[in-house]
Amino acid sequence: MAAVTKSRRPTLAVWKFASCDGCQLQLLNCEDELIPLSGAVEIAYFPEATRAVVEGPYDVSLVEGSITTPEDLERIQQVREMSGRLITIGACATTGGIQALRNFADVAEFRSVVYAHPEYVSTLERSTGIAEHVRVDFELRGCPIDKNQLLEVLAAELQGRRPRVATHSVCVECKARGNVCVTIAHGTPCLGPVTQAGCGALCPTFARGCYGCFGPQDSPNTASMAQVLSRHGMDEPQIVRLYRTFHAAAEAFREESERHEAPAGTPRRTS
Amino acid sequence: MVANPVVDPAAGVAPGDDRTVDLTGLQTLIDVLAGRGYAVLGPVVKDGSIDYGPVRKVSDLPVGWGDEQAPGSYRLRRRDDDMIFGYANGAQSVKPVFFPASEVIWRGLRDAEGAVVPRREQHDEGPYAVVGVRSCDLHALGIHDTVLLGRRFADASYAVRRADAFVVAVSCSDPAGTCFCVSMGTGPRPTAGRGAPFDLAMTELLDATGHRFLLEAASERGVEVLREVGGRIADERDRSDAASVTESAVGRMGRWLDTEGLKDLLYASADSPMWDEVADRCLSCQNCTMVCPTCFCTDVEDVSDLAGDSMQRERVWDSCFDSQHSYLHGGSVRRTTKARYRQWMTHKLGSWIDQFGTSGCVGCGRCIAWCPAGIDITEQAAVLREES
Ligand code: SF4
Ligand code: SF4
Ligand code: SF4
Ligand code: SF4
Repeated sequence: MAAVTKSRRPTLAVWKFASCDGCQLQLLNCEDELIPLSGAVEIAYFPEATRAVVEGPYDVSLVEGSITTPEDLERIQQVREMSGRLITIGACATTGGIQALRNFADVAEFRSVVYAHPEYVSTLERSTGIAEHVRVDFELRGCPIDKNQLLEVLAAELQGRRPRVATHSVCVECKARGNVCVTIAHGTPCLGPVTQAGCGALCPTFARGCYGCFGPQDSPNTASMAQVLSRHGMDEPQIVRLYRTFHAAAEAFREESERHEAPAGTPRRTS
Repeated sequence: MVANPVVDPAAGVAPGDDRTVDLTGLQTLIDVLAGRGYAVLGPVVKDGSIDYGPVRKVSDLPVGWGDEQAPGSYRLRRRDDDMIFGYANGAQSVKPVFFPASEVIWRGLRDAEGAVVPRREQHDEGPYAVVGVRSCDLHALGIHDTVLLGRRFADASYAVRRADAFVVAVSCSDPAGTCFCVSMGTGPRPTAGRGAPFDLAMTELLDATGHRFLLEAASERGVEVLREVGGRIADERDRSDAASVTESAVGRMGRWLDTEGLKDLLYASADSPMWDEVADRCLSCQNCTMVCPTCFCTDVEDVSDLAGDSMQRERVWDSCFDSQHSYLHGGSVRRTTKARYRQWMTHKLGSWIDQFGTSGCVGCGRCIAWCPAGIDITEQAAVLREES
């Protein structure tokens, strides 16, 4: 974006699609940085935080959530039109989120089981990320996003520079933090080698394996990873579940999860 | 070869300066170092491995612990004796002590007129005394001295930390299954004049008569410290017992790397199918380079706050397994894991020799043990040799 002068603060809008609000909450969790943030941008549309609404267009839009309904399909186009720059936040907006588990199942069937009046529920067959529908300027990963990364992305936007958001594995952060690897030293399965950094290796720091909140790293060898997981005691259904947690529909994770699904011959759906 | 810029002031050190102490003397050594103003670091048990941490008492050290290492696996094990340095090595070498994973190298603040005013960085940690540095890691430290200090613009913070540090190296008695220092000529016993300079070499001797630590001075500072520590003058029995410890360790190396003509072999193997096979297993996770005591690649990153009033530049570890490591205008040169593994191994065991005059591998075995996929550099080299 163009260089920003203090006389007119750029406007920021925050939009929600199918999601849990956790990523927006990370913005509110910025606490100490909220005042400098409101000095740097005009928070023009953020229903989670304020009722005040400034009419669009907006300089920067943050979009949380995935596209799951016919209405979403239209609304995301409007958001795109109203936004100078569009940044998605979180796993849902990136690859469809946990709700993308529906991509592997028959939506009509479980809709009829779950709801008393399934005919009132209008929903799409698949949950998809924002970039499948409109042009996205930057995707910030995480379930939820990391607030420091969010501030870094916003600072980079304001200053017209590249955000410092790495696309390598969680292992890099894990080692930089001085952790002892939970897989090597304890035999605990960990998805860190194929997962993108961003959380600061939160789970391994507390002696747990990584769950893959930030989705695939830029060079994910998910097949070799599956062998490592299995060597450390995970059976096939566990491997499927690990790949199908927060980024079930991410290409690399989806494909690998399908390779470990029920034996050949069992009917299954692909997304 | 580029000379090691950290000069070893070992002149005037005589074998008569060497001492032998018992457990109480080991405690005295720690106390003397602390008394001289050093932050004393030594091996401590941490989260199922061994790491360098602050040490005040002998009991802080890994008394009675050993390790089992294999490709993709590290386990601490209880020894059936009270050896203190009876493990082979830990999750990291001394690399993070002298060359941390990230370091602010420049900071700037905007003043009222909008100009950026640089701030000098202060390094208030240390000076460190590091107890328990293995011979392989000492050689790696020597490589870092050459690389980080020998170049035109030396790493300023590294230079300060290294110049002030007191190093107590230790002889290995129980190599791990992943160790291969003997084939690299880097261990298992610290030798003055080889690898980075150090101040004292320690050999732990434990038999029916109890614990003895042979402390050999390798610098004038080391002699001074030994004088203060006291203990008895080392005798022939201490020396011959220490020699047998080394001899037995040499005989129990976990692995072997045939280095004969290895550089040329690697140069001739750029198109080997081995690289495809290893890339099927390699996760491009970077663990190998993060734990390698000689890997020195870094990136420089700039960050600024929201208002753009405060900014800093950080030097962070980088890795040839990172897609961005070879990023030039328009894209990455090494797009595939195959290209990255080939770069890593060819540099480490081959072109490093052209560049710095030594191999880039000191045989510590960490890249083997700490690789989640259990990829073994010695095995990959053997595959190339079989093919040739
Ligand atoms: S604990 Fe997980 S994230 Fe950390 S180094 Fe090991 S595999 Fe990688
Ligand atoms: S060799 Fe092992 S540790 Fe190194 S990047 Fe490949 S999988 Fe990771
Ligand atoms: S290449 Fe592997 S064995 Fe050689 S020094 Fe590095 S980590 Fe140690
Ligand atoms: S490689 Fe040699 S010096 Fe290093 S820990 Fe193993 S035995 Fe000791």
